[in-house]
Amino acid sequence: MTTAADVAPAIELRGISKAFGAVQANKDISIRVMPGTIHGIIGENGAGKSTLMSILYGFYKADAGEIFISGRKTSIPDSQAAIAAGIGMVFQHFKLVENFTVLENIILGAEDSGLLSPSLRRARRELAALADEYGLQVEPDALIEDIGVGMQQRVEILKALYRKADILILDEPTGVLTPAEADQLFRILERLKAEGKTIILITHKLREIMGATDTVSVMRRGEMTATVKTSNTSPAELAELMVGRKVLLQVEKQPRKPGARILDISNLTVHDEKNVPRLKGINLHVNAGEILGIAGVAGNGQSELLEVLGGYAQASGQITMNGQSLDLTGAKSDGQSRRTRGIAHVPEDRQREGLIMDYQAWENIAFGYHRDHAYRKAGLFMDHGAMRRDTTEKMARFDVRPPDPRLAAKSFSGGNQQKIVLAREIERNPDLLLIGQPTRGVDIGAIEFIHQQIIALRDQGKAILLVSVELEEILALSDRIAVMFDGQIMGERLPENTDEKELGLLMAGITEEAA
Amino acid sequence: MSIFLLFQIEVLDSALRLATPLLLACLAGLFSERAGIFDIGLEGKILMSAFVSAAIASVTGDVWLGMLAGICASLVLSLIHGVASITFRGDQLISGVAINFLAAGLSVVIAQSWFREGGRTPQLSGDARFSGIDLPFANTLADTPLIGPVYHGLISGHTILVYVALLTVPLSWWILFRTRFGLRLRAVGENPASVDTAGISVVGLRFAAVMICGILCGLAGAQMATAEPAAGFVKDMTAGRGFIALAALIFAKWRPWHALYACLLFGYLQAIALRPDLIEAALGFSVQTQLLDVLPYILTVVILAGFGGKAIPPRAGGEPYVKER
Repeated sequence: MTTAADVAPAIELRGISKAFGAVQANKDISIRVMPGTIHGIIGENGAGKSTLMSILYGFYKADAGEIFISGRKTSIPDSQAAIAAGIGMVFQHFKLVENFTVLENIILGAEDSGLLSPSLRRARRELAALADEYGLQVEPDALIEDIGVGMQQRVEILKALYRKADILILDEPTGVLTPAEADQLFRILERLKAEGKTIILITHKLREIMGATDTVSVMRRGEMTATVKTSNTSPAELAELMVGRKVLLQVEKQPRKPGARILDISNLTVHDEKNVPRLKGINLHVNAGEILGIAGVAGNGQSELLEVLGGYAQASGQITMNGQSLDLTGAKSDGQSRRTRGIAHVPEDRQREGLIMDYQAWENIAFGYHRDHAYRKAGLFMDHGAMRRDTTEKMARFDVRPPDPRLAAKSFSGGNQQKIVLAREIERNPDLLLIGQPTRGVDIGAIEFIHQQIIALRDQGKAILLVSVELEEILALSDRIAVMFDGQIMGERLPENTDEKELGLLMAGITEEAA
Repeated sequence: MSIFLLFQIEVLDSALRLATPLLLACLAGLFSERAGIFDIGLEGKILMSAFVSAAIASVTGDVWLGMLAGICASLVLSLIHGVASITFRGDQLISGVAINFLAAGLSVVIAQSWFREGGRTPQLSGDARFSGIDLPFANTLADTPLIGPVYHGLISGHTILVYVALLTVPLSWWILFRTRFGLRLRAVGENPASVDTAGISVVGLRFAAVMICGILCGLAGAQMATAEPAAGFVKDMTAGRGFIALAALIFAKWRPWHALYACLLFGYLQAIALRPDLIEAALGFSVQTQLLDVLPYILTVVILAGFGGKAIPPRAGGEPYVKER
């Protein structure tokens, strides 16, 4: 018997438990991660994945349980001990100092001596060596705030490698990345694995688990429900293990019945504050009863399009709504005017644009519509009681959990926050719904629900403009697909006549004529 | 009538002297704020140190003992600020305001109870206060044209703390930008999580910064009350200098060398206000002394209103660090 069983696991956790007050974040968790593999940990938000990894990284102390690193029992009271044990962690929100250089961030906390310059010199040499070994090129003297998120993540990985990490934990690494950057990340991970590193990948995206991992463990409500070989499982099975019930990964919808033209955009142009053109003469239209999906890599003008339509960016060109033109500049181009014209908006960044995180759910539900007569008392005062009753009803219809109108927005999970925004916008019965990144950072169970709501709205004969960087989502929901690149529409396709490959080329700015 | 009258050696000399407590306070604030702890209690710490150093110098007759006692008093207030804002994650502004009130009241009450001179300390003289130091060759060079007046009149003849303050500028720069401690201190003011995940104590670093702040405020207070030509503590003698130092800090965008320039500017405005006669001679008309006295405060308001260009404070400034999940 000289098989894998003889090799000590790189990490073994036995019976780890951790409670925060009354919440049991981790319940008796045991897991074995073999060296030189990519081990996925999947689970919905709040399933306890991050808590478990924080325990492994010495951020929290487990209430019970043992940790073995390469077969040896190890106690990890703080991050310093985790680093000494060869564990490196790339957090979901990067722990970088924005106005420091790449080099300064790399040595922070791992300096050789009291003076900086010898450490900086050594780091510069090592960085060049690491770049050669793993293909992790970075500009050592660039400031963090000047480089893109993909590059920042690379710095985080280099930080761990510089500290001689053999075990690399990545927490939701693709949440902030474009599809292209994500692909690049997975290539880097493959390379690290080939060099003998052990990688733990925490995610809630099934596709990443299926594509990148060797083994996958599923967590649900603080418990480890299963550990399986990735090749022996399927997305449907994993989804069921995660959510605890069968989940429809495919959206079911009837053929579209397009009606009158609702939105017509011609020659729309937007310049940013530096006078760089962000939209270069866009022409689009959306009919009643159809979903127009805008595909594209983030940052190619989709956000600006939504901002103009939502009423918080100035533009030139022509937009008509139900046959009448919309103001693109001046006082009548604000969000309030857009609402009165029947446009509802679920913004891309729900935490910054869609909600006020410190406000309670009922305040967020009323916000923007607080002048509504149903919310008035004696014609003059806001009727908080009415607002709360309305919120309770909406929360029930949209299955917001927990259904407590007095809870602050920030206390809800990503999926439930999104349901709050959706409830506010959809229930106003708009003619046109703008919806950006509807399921970004949303649990798989909630994704299903949100997709169903969008389809239902379309079937009621509403026009929907959907922006998403998730190509799968665009293909699943859209009746027509327009691809944006560099502020222009590269082309329109019907979902039944196209595939990810063709759309991917258009997203990269390559048209058939050129290819 | 010449504008150059306003820049004669005598005026610049007193500008340097008046800039010294500002500079020490400004660098004190720089260390604290670079580590993410806002400190509007600079004023209170300087005042407390001014009183304690003058009181102890007066009782013992030794200005050095006075200075040490002043530093200790300032450190105690720093510790209070640290415990409130770092350990207990309280509001840094409120803790700072409390320290200012505490110092303003306590200094006068204790002074009255000890010395019975209406809330002031007795006049200091001899070894009970810092006197000017003649630098080597100052007198020999005094009559040399150009170099003589500058060296003898401007550079030489100040109290020890003036030189200490000037040397603290390059020292602070070196510590902040060339040492491991400085790198970590700046990091903890920008993104404490980056320091925490690197396995370094955020609390320890912030306390270290607050202590440095206390020591420098202590020196500023000692300079105000016990260095020539001052001769003791007077009620409210700091007159808002702690706040001016904060304005200078913003003006300097939290950089040591720029702090020096900003403080020299403020010192110069204070110095010129002492010489209405020169202003009249230079400008050809007299300016009300009250108007001259408020110049530094007007400049403070102008800077705080953002006319000094966009200043970006340390990003984690003012926020207690709480480990996130």
